[in-house]
Amino acid sequence: MSTRLSKLGRLIDRTKQVSFSFNGTTMRGFAGDTLASALLANDQMMMGRSFKYHRPRGVVASGAEEPNALVGLGEGSRFEPNQRATTTELFEGLSAKSQNHWPNLDFDIGAVNTAFARFLPAGFYYKMFIHPQPFWKHVYEPFIRKSAGLGKAPDAETRDADTYEHFYAFTDVLIIGGGVAGLQAAKAAALTGVKVLLVEQTAHWGGRAPVDGGTIDEGPVDKFVEQIVSELETMDNVTMRLRCMGAGIYDHGYALAYERLTDHAPQVAGPRHRLWRIRAKQIVTATGAIERPLSFAGNDVPGVMLASAMRDYVVNWGVTPGERVVVATNNDDAYRTAITLKNAGVDVLRILDARASGGGALADEVRALGIRVDPGKAIAKVSGGKRVKKVSICNQEGIGGARDEVSCDAVAMSGGWSPVVHLWSHCGGKLIWDDAQAHFRPDPDRPPLGADGAGFVSVAGAANGALALGETLSDANAAGLAAAKAAGGKAKRPKAPLGESAAELPMEPVWLMPANADTPLRVKSWLDFQNDVKVSDVQLAAREGYESVEHTKRYTTLGMATDQGKLSNINGLAILADALNAEIPQVGTTTFRPPYTPISMGAIGGEARGEVFQPIRRTPLHDWHDRNGADWEPVGHWRRPYAYQLPGESVEAAVNREVKNTRENLGLLDASTLGKLIVKGPDAGRFLDMMYTNMMSTLKPGKCRYGLMCSENGFLIDDGVVARIDEDTWLCHTTTGGAERIHAHMEEWLQTEWWDWKVYVANVTEQYAQVAVVGPNARKVLEKLGGMDVSKEALPFMEWRDGQIGGFDCRAYRISFSGELSYEIAVAASRGQAFWDALTEAGKEFGVMPYGTECLHILRAEKGFIMIGDETDGTVIPQDLGLHWALSKKKEDYLGKRAQQRSHMADPDRWKLVGLETVDGSVLPDGAYAVGEGTNANGQRNMIGRVTSTYYSANLDRGIAMGLVKHGPDRMGEVIEIPGTDGKSYKAKIVDPVFFDKDGEKQNV
Amino acid sequence: MLILHCPCCGVDAEETELHAGGEAHIKRFGPGSDDDQFHDYLFMRENPKGVHFERWQHANGCGKWFHAARCTATLEVFGTYRAQTTEPPKDIRDAITAKRPGWVWREFS
Repeated sequence: MSTRLSKLGRLIDRTKQVSFSFNGTTMRGFAGDTLASALLANDQMMMGRSFKYHRPRGVVASGAEEPNALVGLGEGSRFEPNQRATTTELFEGLSAKSQNHWPNLDFDIGAVNTAFARFLPAGFYYKMFIHPQPFWKHVYEPFIRKSAGLGKAPDAETRDADTYEHFYAFTDVLIIGGGVAGLQAAKAAALTGVKVLLVEQTAHWGGRAPVDGGTIDEGPVDKFVEQIVSELETMDNVTMRLRCMGAGIYDHGYALAYERLTDHAPQVAGPRHRLWRIRAKQIVTATGAIERPLSFAGNDVPGVMLASAMRDYVVNWGVTPGERVVVATNNDDAYRTAITLKNAGVDVLRILDARASGGGALADEVRALGIRVDPGKAIAKVSGGKRVKKVSICNQEGIGGARDEVSCDAVAMSGGWSPVVHLWSHCGGKLIWDDAQAHFRPDPDRPPLGADGAGFVSVAGAANGALALGETLSDANAAGLAAAKAAGGKAKRPKAPLGESAAELPMEPVWLMPANADTPLRVKSWLDFQNDVKVSDVQLAAREGYESVEHTKRYTTLGMATDQGKLSNINGLAILADALNAEIPQVGTTTFRPPYTPISMGAIGGEARGEVFQPIRRTPLHDWHDRNGADWEPVGHWRRPYAYQLPGESVEAAVNREVKNTRENLGLLDASTLGKLIVKGPDAGRFLDMMYTNMMSTLKPGKCRYGLMCSENGFLIDDGVVARIDEDTWLCHTTTGGAERIHAHMEEWLQTEWWDWKVYVANVTEQYAQVAVVGPNARKVLEKLGGMDVSKEALPFMEWRDGQIGGFDCRAYRISFSGELSYEIAVAASRGQAFWDALTEAGKEFGVMPYGTECLHILRAEKGFIMIGDETDGTVIPQDLGLHWALSKKKEDYLGKRAQQRSHMADPDRWKLVGLETVDGSVLPDGAYAVGEGTNANGQRNMIGRVTSTYYSANLDRGIAMGLVKHGPDRMGEVIEIPGTDGKSYKAKIVDPVFFDKDGEKQNV
Repeated sequence: MLILHCPCCGVDAEETELHAGGEAHIKRFGPGSDDDQFHDYLFMRENPKGVHFERWQHANGCGKWFHAARCTATLEVFGTYRAQTTEPPKDIRDAITAKRPGWVWREFS
């Protein structure tokens, strides 16, 4: 069993008990425990089940690389799946649930998958598509849906109860990793005077060196760590952060760090996570190394752990994972685990050293402690279901015929060490294969490059392959100094502390144990614990022709789980290389991508949620609308009233009331959101002639003209009324969503093509409140307010005047988007509310009512006016919409003119704008397609058009619509078929798009 | 997350301040051009692994467009310069030659 020891535990405080729950059972641990160490102390070795086969799984590692011990943490609005028990610090009241099982952890129905393992081979998802379609639906889909997804997603209806923030930091040198290498690199850098930021993912400085032993400057490692930390803390140019993981390195010295502020102390106020967005001149990754598992049969049985992790549990948390332990290794380092265990009073039954020659100095120490060492031996198989029961032992060189068995309850395995090269690799740092240590390490000659073409990332310590304590420190000292110099530090030569540790003999790579394991063993030898990928799966992929490591990864899912193959990748590569008869460096690695370990979505979002996710633009009349029943609609970043509901009134009824009232009496529309761009300068007319398809330079001051804008591709991008203000000034109205975009469009052409033209463009959209006064009584209300002459003669259609109305300074445009007598009146934004109030008051006797965007749409559709974004979608040209009259024939050039001469643009088969009238008066479904004769190559009915705008018109008491139809204008009166998604098919007659007041008599009064 | 120096306002701008505008030094063809010329102007772009000239706008800054000469493979920036030119200035071309002797890009080298 796994249990708490009576001594050891450098990170726990035995005076402070902490209670927590696991699957509803209350357990106890100590302050300083991780969830994993506390579970082990409660003899809870099994912590979950595997993804695919639902095999019992226990904790394998002690840190960020843990693949198995994933739990659902917290409850309700704080529930999070897939949290690693090894990196979860224990706190009072913590609640955790294990994953991937039903009905419970001990007894699981899905575990039958393991019996059908041969039906779930590598490439299962791809292979199922070989079978006929009904199989996908009725056999595979139900099965996949049930087994898909690691852990349980949080309830979709809950909202994360915590807050998060982003933090911007600028530093000369960023050091990622606070082990002895990171600390020494930070000190070497800081002594030169540069600004240093040091981040460490765990809650403790010093990394794993204090566990591994040895001495620094002839003292214990813990002492060194304590000293250097207090030294760094006194330096003004050093910032240090614990629980802060270097998540990713990006272009030009950009890095992300993920700080977990309150995960360990949920009672503390403030944000839960903080995402550091860092710009560093130089980055040093001191990210250490990760031990590799060995691939033998049953290496996933709970109780089989990394040798270093077992050592961590004993030394750091005073917990032993077992009472009778077998150690399997290919290197000297694992002997340290045997020594640690033995000294802690745990039986170490056997050390199986795959090397024929056995170990060095540490092996002698082990023998002196009375532990049996078997060189050249290997684990043939580990037996046990939910817990290791026994180990079968064989020769490493062989197929696995076992000669010997040892009963035990835990196995420590070590396949050597792999430097953590992720951060080095994120931004393009390349790797070299180190034959002696059988691992990839950063190639110092091919670092990630910065803006100046020089490297901006370097590596320190074990992450650089400098595994022995002495090498680690001297390497880190040099790396810290070099980075500081490159970042502008003044040269100082800090002396590296002297690290001493036991001499080690070289490791020997062991990629499969035993070396020629037969098939029954290989199908039980796990590579990727989290995604359930075995040696046999990678070999099958190779046999099926997958030679590229990137393809093999995707085909087998090796390394694609949440741990991104931190334990599995190298072993998997080696198996693939062997199957392909290639060298490991030739096979190469898959791509390392940020983040290093998963970071919370909350941290990525930061403060940008709820109301601040995207700030809303409000017109000067926003609050009035809100108080008067506005049913809001988002338009660009604005909110506009869709309709104004009276008490007890439906939105639909409100729209119909507004539509009728505006045509019969008087409507007011808040048109402030319309874009308003001032274009000014001696060349402004010439410039606008290029921007618009119409001629704008000939417009007379005081007059307005409706204009179309096209992209250089010929497609419509915006429309609106242009008013000429004076000799060299025009005011261009844009669509509500288009102001910023069109402003940028104008600037781009002015700055990059016609930079010698003298024109300024200013966006004055928000300077004005603009109110459309619309309906038969529009003139009456303005005359009642008094001021400027708004008669037909003084202010004719498509003209504008400056003046006063009701005492308000204003500009009145006589323009109409409804076909009614209509004025759009602009006042200073600060006067908008008062002006609106004056109109509302004066309009009472004329039946005034505000109207919203839906009424606006219906009124314009009744008149056959197009709307950018409805009738256009980025592929529509003015000719499609029958707008030839707005295309100047006099101008030699305008944006889009040449494009509209291209053969496809002039194709007579292009769909053209028409009106559509349902035969039965019903309303056509929006966006529906019209179908014609015959079918296409896929057996679908040929399409001949689509609905672009469709409404119920209360004025006409029937559905009206516009659409683009092939040869439409030539097919007036024809009835076409338009199937809806509601299962009905609609019949509509092609008609003229102007449904109401065809001669325009209502607006010309 | 590039950093580019804005030659108009002098700021070393973060990529979040910038708006990418595609290839630089494209000559406009309008009415009167033949189909091939116009097609190439609209659609044909260089896609080099190495030296490239791009348009960028300091959108969340001074608002000005400028040009950048950089290496698409290493992200090295050889220099930035004002957009009001039809060809890369000599000092930029020299800076590239110093780092990438023998470079060629469209008609420039």
